[in-house]
Amino acid sequence: MSLTAEAGKEGVYWTHFPHQADMGVRGVGPTREAAFEQAALAMTAVITDATRVAPDTAVAICCEAPDDELLLVDWLNALILEMAARHMLFSRFEVSLDGQRLSATAWGEPIDLDRHQPAVEVKGATYTELKVGRTESGEWQAQCVVDV
Amino acid sequence: MNPAQFKQVSEVEWRVAPFGKMRVPAVIYADQALIRDMDDKVFEQLTNVATLPGIVQAAYAMPDAHWGYGFPIGGVAAFDAEEGGVVSAGGVGFDISCGVRTLHTGLTAAEIAPLKQRLADRLFAHVPAGLGSTGQLRLNVSEMDAMLRGGARWAVEHGYGSEADLDRIEEHGCMAGAEPGQVSDQAKRRQRDEIGTLGSGNHYLELQEIVEIYDSKAADRFRLRPGEVVVSIHCGSRGLGHQIGTEFLRQMVIAAPGYGIELPDRELACAPIKSSLGQSYLGAMRAAINCALANRQVITHLTREVFADVFPGTHLSLIYDVSHNTCKQETHTVDGRSRRLYVHRKGATRAFGPGHPALPGDLRDIGQPVLIGGSMGTASYILIGTEAGTTRAFSSACHGAGRSMSRHQATRQWHGRTLVDELASRGILIRSPSLRGVAEEAPGAYKDVSAVVDVADRAGLAHKVAKLSPLVCIKG
Repeated sequence: MSLTAEAGKEGVYWTHFPHQADMGVRGVGPTREAAFEQAALAMTAVITDATRVAPDTAVAICCEAPDDELLLVDWLNALILEMAARHMLFSRFEVSLDGQRLSATAWGEPIDLDRHQPAVEVKGATYTELKVGRTESGEWQAQCVVDV
Repeated sequence: MNPAQFKQVSEVEWRVAPFGKMRVPAVIYADQALIRDMDDKVFEQLTNVATLPGIVQAAYAMPDAHWGYGFPIGGVAAFDAEEGGVVSAGGVGFDISCGVRTLHTGLTAAEIAPLKQRLADRLFAHVPAGLGSTGQLRLNVSEMDAMLRGGARWAVEHGYGSEADLDRIEEHGCMAGAEPGQVSDQAKRRQRDEIGTLGSGNHYLELQEIVEIYDSKAADRFRLRPGEVVVSIHCGSRGLGHQIGTEFLRQMVIAAPGYGIELPDRELACAPIKSSLGQSYLGAMRAAINCALANRQVITHLTREVFADVFPGTHLSLIYDVSHNTCKQETHTVDGRSRRLYVHRKGATRAFGPGHPALPGDLRDIGQPVLIGGSMGTASYILIGTEAGTTRAFSSACHGAGRSMSRHQATRQWHGRTLVDELASRGILIRSPSLRGVAEEAPGAYKDVSAVVDVADRAGLAHKVAKLSPLVCIKG
């Protein structure tokens, strides 16, 4: 598993960062939306190699929160709920933000244990190391630790 | 952590006097080596817990403490509702009522040896493990509510095990005060087909050989004999508990300022016990405890089915079932006064000593079995609650080894296949749906469970009874 996966476009990527018991996910991009999309991809990569997940089926997700950071946690938790309840994995995300209201589409497919070899189940996104904001170089970062 | 931050009270007790907004001291039970290995975050998190309203006596950390969410994992804190005390979703955690149960097989390791491979394969095929696995049960709305009210008792009433099992489960298998109406539809949706599944991460089902006895009197009473094999099951409340944790953490984060609670860390999200939010959480959290108890009971039944097939005539009787992520209302004596307190144990095991009225009749005179899970490939332990434990951390002990290395470091250091082969060469069979999962859970990524248990013993939190060594591990 690579620590970082490039998503094709320059300045748009995700990383994992260490936490003693769990895993940190970080999305980076030119916009808040891109950072949220990349953070979601980083979460999928905690579970499996996202390139093995076919973006065949679309699932709509909406949430709203009092601030950007709570919104990131809500977004990731909404994905965790859809993954768990639908037995799906997601590999493509499109996020629209209107203030602190998020509407998004996640594309993925049903879990195939042989093909996806899921390493671990993500139980929930947490408020630990939770940050959403712009870096000095102007790019957006969205990150938190997920409990596995 | 630097031990110099603490006042050393004894070889295994370290204390931080209240400073800043701390209402009570912070106390860690550990030796110097364990303290040095702990992340600095344990100090920060434990002293943060000590600032919460209504906390009683001290914020405690067990010898396996490590960096958690808000509370350290291995944290214990009790709150008095009459003094503005709080209940914290962060203080219980996501995997509500995660715990361990251990069963006798009545078979020796020598008897199992010729059929070990077959047993491992059959257990792996029969007990759903890992992400995406589903159980055989599908619960409709009313069945779900009945399960959330009844816990392991519900499972027994539906043919999964017997009345005798219930005697050996905390709360006699059924947590009172559960309110399925406080559990969201999303949480129930997540649980629809997850009853009777192990889950993933550090959850497992293990066959273990009893390799050493430290307290022969207690071992006799627990019917533990060297060379015999037991089954241990480590898992929790699955998706339902995770979803309840997620939802109430969010509600408590947002509501805290309205209750005048200043959170030093959002993950310490809490609400006054006497508030409607606090009561809603307690009702939902207790329902999740029942979900975990039902889950372990159904997995026990599946395990018994495999044994009945591979070793006809065997009966797997339950030694005990403990939960290590809970908040429970208990009576404790503080400063000579008996008080009803809400005791949070996050990654800590209740360890009632001799005479406690909550213990089953046949164990009441000697104390509660305390089950400490190891990591894959390392030892597990059975301890017993002590009289002295009542004056230390509200009768609590450690819960396991505790991680010492992140999953990332582990995957860089170990390869799943190599690890499985290495363990197989030592006679330990691993079955897991994911080799990366195996690497992330490498035994070397955990603290030395023996050192943790030794300190728990020396500190009087619980006394060692027996050591268990793994033979087969079904990893989630």
